[in-house]
Amino acid sequence: MLVEKYAQEVSQILAKYPPEERRAAVMPLLYLVQRDQMFIDRKSMDEVASILGISTTDVASVVGFYTLFHDKKGGKFYIQVCTDLPCALRGADKFMEQLCERLGIEPGQTTPDGLFTVEPVMCLAACDRAPMFQLQSAEGLEYHENQTVENALSLIEGLRAQIAHKGGLKRRQDHE
Amino acid sequence: MNNESAGAGFKHILLRHRDHPDLDNLEIYRQKGGYRAFENVVTSMQPEEVTEIVKASGLRGRGGAGFPTGLKWSFIDNNAWPHYVVANADESEPGTFKDREIMEGNPFQFLEGLAICAYAIQANTSYIYLRGEFWKIAENLDRQIEALKMASLLGENLFKTGFSLNIYTHLGAGAYICGEETALLESMEGKLGQPRLRPPFPPSFGLFGKPTVINNVETLANVPLIIEHGADWYRGIGTKMSPGPKIFSLSGRVNRPGNYELPLGTTFRELIFEHGGGIPDGGSIKAIMAAGASSALIPADDRALDTPMDYESVPSLGAQLGSASVIIIDDTVDIPWLINKTNHFFKHESCGKCTPCREGTYWMTKISERIVSGNATFQDVDLLHEVASQIQGKCLCALGEFAVESVLSGINHFSPDFQAATNGTKST
Repeated sequence: MLVEKYAQEVSQILAKYPPEERRAAVMPLLYLVQRDQMFIDRKSMDEVASILGISTTDVASVVGFYTLFHDKKGGKFYIQVCTDLPCALRGADKFMEQLCERLGIEPGQTTPDGLFTVEPVMCLAACDRAPMFQLQSAEGLEYHENQTVENALSLIEGLRAQIAHKGGLKRRQDHE
Repeated sequence: MNNESAGAGFKHILLRHRDHPDLDNLEIYRQKGGYRAFENVVTSMQPEEVTEIVKASGLRGRGGAGFPTGLKWSFIDNNAWPHYVVANADESEPGTFKDREIMEGNPFQFLEGLAICAYAIQANTSYIYLRGEFWKIAENLDRQIEALKMASLLGENLFKTGFSLNIYTHLGAGAYICGEETALLESMEGKLGQPRLRPPFPPSFGLFGKPTVINNVETLANVPLIIEHGADWYRGIGTKMSPGPKIFSLSGRVNRPGNYELPLGTTFRELIFEHGGGIPDGGSIKAIMAAGASSALIPADDRALDTPMDYESVPSLGAQLGSASVIIIDDTVDIPWLINKTNHFFKHESCGKCTPCREGTYWMTKISERIVSGNATFQDVDLLHEVASQIQGKCLCALGEFAVESVLSGINHFSPDFQAATNGTKST
């Protein structure tokens, strides 16, 4: 998939590192896969491994170690709420609890339409603007800061409407 | 948003974008004097001279350890090549959000500092390791790096001197431990982010086994102005042992959280009450964590509040300045709840390589969960203290050591909170 679909990106990534150290490209290549399909399947791990001349086990261990990589299909969108100490001091736990309640899911679960997975994550370097979350999707990551449950729900509704009307994702404006 | 200056006439040096809009535009940055320092060092100075100026300035690493920056550069092994510079932009300490603001608002000052460091150690390739969540910042940096190439400020044969430099961004993928510099190197090499045994240290054996200098974003952002104005100018800011300005990330139970650039040596009281506007809802301050979640809890008495925030004074309070991520705890906060939060963080972020940290953070979390759920006796508090003491001093890297700071200081200084949580009168 990678080599046919993203030949140019793959060679640009490999060019960043000394040829004898191409293993360094494993995380950038995994990001390419994940942006394409929102999770990393076994076949893609095999492909990344063969591009880099390392074993699939090495690739899988990287996927397993780092929390931004997903090896299972989740929602189209991940709403990742920081609930670490500084955010919790500004009401982040309550924010996530109420958001999940309104969506009818538990933290870590995906909404029944398969679109949104809400989960707690560790510090996102936005402690002064909590409650906050990052929205992870095929388009990358977006920070949403100084949130209320109502703000978050209207963002979610907007994304739902977009998916329903256009049958897919359209490049959105930066919300920050 | 926030922040007038501290002291008479103190101006932003690192957060200059707050005074000069559009500083993330290369043209504007150059109009304000940007890239004169880089051109100056490449065209008219020997690499060692640059290192000497940084040494003389007294600049200390802003990532947390406070190690003298020029000294670090001087350790580079000139018998092995190539050399690398890696900028640590993994900013992941709960309570820290300063590097993000520099890279968003004043990116060229950071990139220029990185380029000057590369010249000083004669590296032709430099990487910026950003936490994966800074995806958008990395995209912007890629564009800014392109702009620098177009302006012939990066690339081959710079200023026709024969010196070449390329800078690349590299995204991590969500692991606190990668802020530890040897774990960062492992991660950059495409492996699990687990710390290396040291020695050897990165200036002799770093990225891809080559001599490498790793500096924090804020550290590097200081460098262009040190070159431009000189070491004496820089030493005129801050204290004798901790010269220069520092960005204090203020968060928690305070009216005006945010980044405040102030001279090192500013007191906690000034930061919290003058700049931060004090405690919300008429509450009173209970404790301070000066170095984010890695910090010991400092009981916020008058002595603590009047202590200067610099590398040499904060240790007198049994704590460290670290990356100066100051989390404010007020009297609405129960300390057992707090340490349960930090325990969860360190348990999640432990890389699993060394046993005291991997197992210890797990057991500490089990016990603190029991305490906050109201199912513990005070013997559990003693047990928690004992487990934490067993971890201390036995870990491969600082993460494990940091994990016990809030636990031990919390139990030592705030025993009544633990009494209340374990005698059945409270079940928070």
